[in-house]
Amino acid sequence: MTDPVMQARALERHYNVGGGLFGKTRVLRAVGGVDFDLTPGKTLAVVGESGCGKSTLARMVAMIEEPTEGTLSLDGKPVLPEDWADLRKSVQIVFQDPYGSLNPRQRIGAILEEPLIINRKEMSKQDRQDKGREMLRLVGLRPEHYDRYPHMFSGGQRQRIAIARALMLDPKVVVLDEPVSALDLSIQSSILNLLRELQDRLHLAYLFISHDLSVVRHVADDLIVMYLGRAIEKGPKADVFANPLHPYTKALLSATPRTTPNAAKERIKLIGELPSPMAIPDGCPFAPRCWKVQPDCRAKVPALSGGAHGAACFYPEGEAAGD
Amino acid sequence: MSLLRIRNLSVDFATASGTFRAVDGVDQDVDTGEILAIVGESGSGKSVSMLALMGLLPWTATITADEMSFDGKDLLRMDTRAKRRIIGNDLAMIFQEPMSSLNPCFTVGWQIKESLRHHLGFDRRARHARAIELFEQVGIPDPEKRLAAFPHQMSGGMNQRVMIAMAIACKPKLLIADEPTTALDVTIQAQILDLLASLRDETGMGLVLITHDMGVVAETAERVSVQYAGQKVEEQPVVDLFATPHHPYTAALLDALPERATDKFLPTIPGVVPGQFDRPKGCLFSPRCKFSDAKCKATPPPPLGADLGFARCFHPVNSDERIAS
Repeated sequence: MTDPVMQARALERHYNVGGGLFGKTRVLRAVGGVDFDLTPGKTLAVVGESGCGKSTLARMVAMIEEPTEGTLSLDGKPVLPEDWADLRKSVQIVFQDPYGSLNPRQRIGAILEEPLIINRKEMSKQDRQDKGREMLRLVGLRPEHYDRYPHMFSGGQRQRIAIARALMLDPKVVVLDEPVSALDLSIQSSILNLLRELQDRLHLAYLFISHDLSVVRHVADDLIVMYLGRAIEKGPKADVFANPLHPYTKALLSATPRTTPNAAKERIKLIGELPSPMAIPDGCPFAPRCWKVQPDCRAKVPALSGGAHGAACFYPEGEAAGD
Repeated sequence: MSLLRIRNLSVDFATASGTFRAVDGVDQDVDTGEILAIVGESGSGKSVSMLALMGLLPWTATITADEMSFDGKDLLRMDTRAKRRIIGNDLAMIFQEPMSSLNPCFTVGWQIKESLRHHLGFDRRARHARAIELFEQVGIPDPEKRLAAFPHQMSGGMNQRVMIAMAIACKPKLLIADEPTTALDVTIQAQILDLLASLRDETGMGLVLITHDMGVVAETAERVSVQYAGQKVEEQPVVDLFATPHHPYTAALLDALPERATDKFLPTIPGVVPGQFDRPKGCLFSPRCKFSDAKCKATPPPPLGADLGFARCFHPVNSDERIAS
């Protein structure tokens, strides 16, 4: 097994909110203690509902935001804000909305060359252009698209451009923040194929953020399920899908619509909604919505159990219970 | 006699660069107590056809149809005053973004009571009682207190429940839900879909569900109509559609689902949906279809019979002919 290219330990991100003139500032824990390893050629997927902190996690990994607590290391070296400018070359991000993430006033060529102009100052103009055209070909666009503007492209093509831009600096890690959520079904499959193909060819490590479990089931190698900023379950994809340990994971899987009509299935109905991240309940964050809650769930925070497949629950589901 | 009957509905938009046909000859029937799903990608005209029915399109749109009748009344030749009495009353609609379809300046209670006053002429006390009853029906906890809340004080799922409560306030015969769960999380989506299905069971209303999510279709709908680039290309009961799609577009769309993937790479559909300027002369799907030939590119195929899902195709898949050859 290859060594992980990026490691995160007890990563946390807090925001100070409110305050005003007389009010007190309160602390919002968007991400509270997440560990993971990213390995070359592998995809780690992070799933969860809106407000669970998955995008904040993506922004920390992409060095857009500084972690409040915890450490992030790249190739064994710690990632510190003073080295960000250098390290960002190895970690690139693709955003959800390809209509918002490309500058409408820049030609595709300029969009692709910009990372090189900033980070590879020694490169000649000709080399930059060659690399840009080569990258366009790699993501399935034609070289003549180089001088066009983003509005001339469809959503799927724009997402290809965003992917090409992320790959211009030969990164080791690519953060994909809901890369196919804004795309139609017929386009989605070709982008997923492209990502898979590029990963095989360039040996990239992906951090794949998504709320769509059917996409995650297809692309992921490993999976982290987040709820209110905490990782509540992690493990290899096959294990998590076949044998979910945390009640929330089980409910999430049962709520995802399957494309087999009339298939017999038992849907676990969750009562209530996600609590506000400003007021995370004491004890297990999922306790107020859990159907098998016990008194000690409300008192203590369950830790993520060790091993390849673990869950943060005192009373996990499935066969692995009680170890 | 069906509750809603649409024949040959077309909608053209006048744009700066000429007319654009968003809906092209769509036929649709909905029966009382039935759940019909209309699926399609963006730009397939699925929302526009229903907005045309509701009379919610801007003046740039030209609506033509051979027939458009609801509950025995002809909507095409009805004056706007009479139409206003039906819409919001017997015919109601909910939209994708609950946050932006509610008025932020008024409490949700005020907004729900408006239609009770307008259509049913309830007095203040009756309006309040009915509003509380409706909130209970759609599963909003603490309804008395929630009536005084503004939309921004509630979550997306709760706002969508308010929208549903408003839509069913006058006990409609037909409810059109335009992507009702697209903006919501999956656990909330499951709650809302269950709610819509149970309301259908209780009230016996017809339900039209517009969506792009094949999973939602499979779990909720009874009959499915597939639209592509403004045309209805196929219509089948839900089980048959997922088992034996007849139009190559439907078949390709189902193959592209990540959930059905058998291989590392997913089957894809090459190309994009035709736009205003590259609309093909013949079959609209022919540039992307692997079965298309010269005939497909030259003449638009008429819909086939019911046994082939009314597919607009010369070479339907999963047909006896295809299996034999």
